This record gives sequence, C-alpha cells and structure tokens, in this order.
Amino acid sequence: MIANYGYKDGSGEYYISIDTDRCINCPAGHACLAACPKGMFETMTDDYDDEVTWIKAQFRRSLAYDCAECKPSGARPPLPCVVACTPGAIKHSW
Amino acid sequence: MSETLAIADSAAKPEFWRWEETSWADPAKDWRSAKNITVGIDVGSVSSQCVVVTDGELYAYNSMRTGSSSPDSAKNAFKGVQDKTGLTLGDVHMVVGTGYGRVNVPFSHKAITEIACHARGANYMGGNSVRTILDMGGQDCKDIHCDEKGKVTNFLMNDKCAAGTGRGMEVISDLMQIPIAELGPRSFEVDQEPEAVSSVCVVFAKSEALGLLKGGYTKNKVIAAYCQAMAQRVVSLLERIGVEEGFFITGGIAKNPGVVKRIEKILGIKAMETKIDSQIAGALGAALFANTLVQKNGPLKPIAA
Repeated sequence: MIANYGYKDGSGEYYISIDTDRCINCPAGHACLAACPKGMFETMTDDYDDEVTWIKAQFRRSLAYDCAECKPSGARPPLPCVVACTPGAIKHSW
Repeated sequence: MSETLAIADSAAKPEFWRWEETSWADPAKDWRSAKNITVGIDVGSVSSQCVVVTDGELYAYNSMRTGSSSPDSAKNAFKGVQDKTGLTLGDVHMVVGTGYGRVNVPFSHKAITEIACHARGANYMGGNSVRTILDMGGQDCKDIHCDEKGKVTNFLMNDKCAAGTGRGMEVISDLMQIPIAELGPRSFEVDQEPEAVSSVCVVFAKSEALGLLKGGYTKNKVIAAYCQAMAQRVVSLLERIGVEEGFFITGGIAKNPGVVKRIEKILGIKAMETKIDSQIAGALGAALFANTLVQKNGPLKPIAA
C-alpha cells in the first residue's frame, strides 16, 4: 500500500509517500525513525496487521515547516529519511 | 431580549444545513435467524452511522449527526438501529469502530481506520470492479485505491482544509438560506455555467459568494460557482494519485448531484451507481471487517456501553 501523508493548501502540495509493502520486514531496521531530526516517523501495526512506518499525526498538517530544516533553499543535500530508507519506500512530493 | 425569548428565537431559526437523518432495516430479513451478527460504528466529524451486517449481508443502518461527545454519538447511532429492529448489544457478535472518533466507541472490540473501511464498504456497494474511491466526508476528503477484494493499495487524505468537504457545503447552504438537499439540483438551474469561485478556503469562498450576490448573481448561479469550485478542488486531489476505472464516490457529498456531475465532467469518467446510502460506506466496511474476524476467530462477548 502507498500511504500519502500530508496536505495540499494554497501554497502547494506537501506529501510524504510511504510504500508500506517495502516497510514490512524492513531490511534497514526502520532506520528512518532515527534519521529524521524531528522524529516524525514511527512504526505501527496497520489495518491489515502488518508492522509498517507512518508519519505521526501531529506532523501531517505541517510538513512544509517540519521538513524545512532538511530542505534548504540553496543546494539541497539528500534527505536523511530517504537516504536511511534503503528499500526506497519514502518519497517527498516537494 | 429575555433569555426565554432568545431561546425561542433560536429554536425558530431554520437550519438550512441540516441534512436528513435516516434509518433503515431490510424487511425481508430477520436478525434472529442469522448466524453472525456484526456491527460497524463510524463516528465521523459531522455524521455518525451504525450498520448491522447479518451473515455478511447489509441488514440495517442508522445515520445521524455527530454530537459533541463521540461515545454518546456512537451510542445514539446504535440506539437508532435498536429502536428499529429490537437488536441489543448482547445479540451482537462483534463491533468495529471507525472514523475520527473510532477510539471513543465505548462498546467496540476493535478500531479500524476509515480508509480501510471505506474501501471495504465501497467494494460491497459497488462490487469488485471498484478501484478508485472518493470519500467526501464532513471535514476531510480522501482518495483511496483498492484491489478487487477492497484492500487499500494507495490512499491520500486532505483534512487540513474544509474546501471540498461536506462542512463547506453546509456553510454555503446556510449562507444562501437554501436547504442543503436542494443545492445540487438548483446548481443546474442557470442559463450559463459560471466561473468557479476562486477562493480555495471556505471562509474566503463564503466572502466571495456574498460579493457575487451583491454583484448581481442569482443564488442558483452562486451555488453553481461553488459546486464547480468544490469539484475542481476535489479533482486536483484525485489527480495526485490518479483515477482508475471503477470510480466510486462515498460520503455525504455523493448525494449532491451538483458536485458529482461536475466531477464526472472534469474527469471524463462516470461514477458507479449504488442503491445503498453512500454515507454508510465506512460503517458498512467496519461491520464487514467484523464479520470476517468473527468467521476467523469466533464471536466475542459484548462490551457494555
């Protein structure tokens, strides 16, 4: 399942997509949890009883601001969460 | 003005936004002869539903407005079915809660997200060819993709903004002083389709609608402009993850042809039709999940409300 967490508002679209099929039995040991400086990720058991990663509810409506630290306006380094997720499950829309 | 007069005045004020609460039970069935009886309770931000499924088939439901307390809303939703059928919680083999108040359903055995439940409910209502579900709820909007079994494969939700939600339509209904059920049909009673209201935000859209009225627009034309804006807003959400054939709409706005027809026109796809109330999809999915779990694990003891 591809879970899109985030929102669209007048300023743009801010979604983090997580391909939960790649999260199950994560070979990286859910390294995304520690990689995010804001601690936005956590693991949970989804509706189909799979242990997957999601974005904590309190961050879902403020991603544009919460992710700003990792997205400087100049030269943009690779995103820590995307780098840590070796199965390639995490994508940012902006 | 005295307090008594103030109360009397507010009681007399018509509530144009108030949609019809409904309850229904299949006259051809009797829950007493069913092997498995399961209940789904959907406590949404605006409406609450209780659906009873007997042996995997829809038997009864009650749909009403959510109150200030989620537990009370869940109890009232069930009571509507109880009053109609005589079914008590002691007769039910499992209850699943869903919706934003799902963890506050005092008598539920399990909580499942409304995303999974809407997909499951739509799969029942529209059949196994349903692939894209648009749920236009009271205060959020979801785009869900599912497989032939109703299992979610992709989803996206927007609950940050009221544009494209039932609450937004209620605001316009009150502003126009037209009953909410009449908005859709009246939006087509215009000589020419107007430009959509440009504001994304419901608050600004309300201001813009007032400006249009003052500028000479008829009420019907303003409603048409708002329905078009809502359709465009929802389609922009749908385009983010795409729309597959087998397009199904759930939620209260599915009953508004003014929005649905405009969405169909923009997408070039006709939404699948159903005879079942689109507003009960989440609770229906929850009851179906419960039925599957009862088949798998056996019935559970009731939890006191």
